[in-house]
Amino acid sequence: MPIHYYIYQACVLFSIGVAGVLTRRNAIIIFMCIELMLNSVNLLLVAFSKLHYARAVAAGAAPTTGTEAQLFVFFIMVVAAAEVSVGLAIIVMMYRNVHNVDINFLNRLKH
Amino acid sequence: MNLVVLAGILGVVMMFTGLLVKQLRVVSGIAAAGLCVLFISNLWELYHAPFFTLPESSMLATTRFGLLINQILLLAGILYVVLFGRHIQVVGKHVADYYALIFFVYAGIGISTSYTNLLMLFLGIEIMSIPLYILTGSDKRNLKSNEAALKYFLMGSFSTGIMLMGIALIYGATGSFNVASMNTQLSFNLIVGILLLLISMSFKVSAAPFHFWTPDVYDGAPTAFTAFMATIVKVAAFAAFIHLFEGSFEMLNRKWQLLIAIIIACTLLVGNITAVFQQSVKRMLAYSSIAQAGFMMFALFAFNDASREGIVLYGAAYCLATLGLFAVLIKMEDYTFDGFNGLAKSQPLLAGVSTVFLLSLAGIPLTLGFFSKYYMVSAALSTGGKYLWLFVLAMLCAAISVYYYFRVIQAMYFKPLGGVPGTSTSLTTSTTRAFNYTLLVMALLVILLGLQPQLLLQFLYF
Repeated sequence: MPIHYYIYQACVLFSIGVAGVLTRRNAIIIFMCIELMLNSVNLLLVAFSKLHYARAVAAGAAPTTGTEAQLFVFFIMVVAAAEVSVGLAIIVMMYRNVHNVDINFLNRLKH
Repeated sequence: MNLVVLAGILGVVMMFTGLLVKQLRVVSGIAAAGLCVLFISNLWELYHAPFFTLPESSMLATTRFGLLINQILLLAGILYVVLFGRHIQVVGKHVADYYALIFFVYAGIGISTSYTNLLMLFLGIEIMSIPLYILTGSDKRNLKSNEAALKYFLMGSFSTGIMLMGIALIYGATGSFNVASMNTQLSFNLIVGILLLLISMSFKVSAAPFHFWTPDVYDGAPTAFTAFMATIVKVAAFAAFIHLFEGSFEMLNRKWQLLIAIIIACTLLVGNITAVFQQSVKRMLAYSSIAQAGFMMFALFAFNDASREGIVLYGAAYCLATLGLFAVLIKMEDYTFDGFNGLAKSQPLLAGVSTVFLLSLAGIPLTLGFFSKYYMVSAALSTGGKYLWLFVLAMLCAAISVYYYFRVIQAMYFKPLGGVPGTSTSLTTSTTRAFNYTLLVMALLVILLGLQPQLLLQFLYF
């Protein structure tokens, strides 16, 4: 398959994520949309890794090209997991106090 | 490299300290000692070989500039623990854990001042941010703290997503994660990637128009931790920001300067004009930190030796003055401007040192703040007079900032004690001798470096 398909799909997923973050009001859903953004990046990185690998092989260079992007994906997963644990803890803490996860409740600091 | 490894180890040590040591004062003492160890080991690295060496092709490479920034931030960290130790103890029960998180932030700072690879940039920024989300929400019963933590977390991870997209596109265009490899022929992917990186880093340093989270988060977080993230973390994020685009500046040059000029203008205007209308000094300091970020952005506008010197001076000036002001603020019962009424009568020392810090932030000559602003603007001017409107605007904004900084001085010196009913200048906790002396030393340092900025800048070269 041509690389374009992967790039377009990753861009669409990323845009869905951004749109969700900007329009939804439920903290958990916003959080899911952020995860979607991160995962679209993972997909894109793997696609680019494959692209650069194919280019390097065609040019006769070392076939290890492209491995760093796949390593990067693992780092993103690890960091995303760390973020999930912290983020869910914050949302639970919020829920305990106001019994709601709607971000429209977040207006105490405005006044 | 010393900072990254030792800070990580010390963070784990602090976590065990929480299990083994019950006296809170001892915990603070251990944290201060740990920061001193980091300070000395970093200083050692500045003049000798590091304890932990990396192979040539690794993703981290320390530079003198990065080490000097570390040094300033570690000094600020030691002062921070001395000034705020007692207040960290009252935020919550897990004092040792807060210190552990602070050490982890330092590990992130060590990475983000020395990375050569976009992977390390991502990790450094994340290691700095994730502990901060926790520290922001550490006052668990307080709704404001909860709200600030959730906002900070959502905004922070959103900007992380944008940064990752930028990195992925840059990788697609260049086939490498090296920062140096960004300096190639511009292609569509590369341009979009660099723009996304620029946006996400502007989020992290709270430059307008990506500053919305800053006032709310700084206001809602426990004051002791606001002081930490408004000073130390912000300067570290700036160091990372500058390092990121330093190598690729030549090919970006023209269009880049216009873009940065627009961001600087927005940041200066939004920060300074909104700060004028604030009633709470804590919120005013949050907007003032946005305004100061506008001046620090001049380093991204110029990218020459003078702007490096400028960012070192600015980092030091901003850290010292803002830490000092937060230290005075946290002692006040009432965070509004009226709360400062007549402070000069009841607490002459606190009023005196905060006057010095406010003058420095406003950029009055004879303080470090003046020279830092001077270096920044002259570095930007030396790149050519194309954007004259920007410099005029910067001067106007500096004049506006004098208004809101002097409002505090006016309240302290010229308003009667308790003149407004319902306010009081009483302090929540009395000041200790160590606290007073530290503040005095900081004020003297601001003045001394204001007279002789070379004392600090020489470390960049010798």
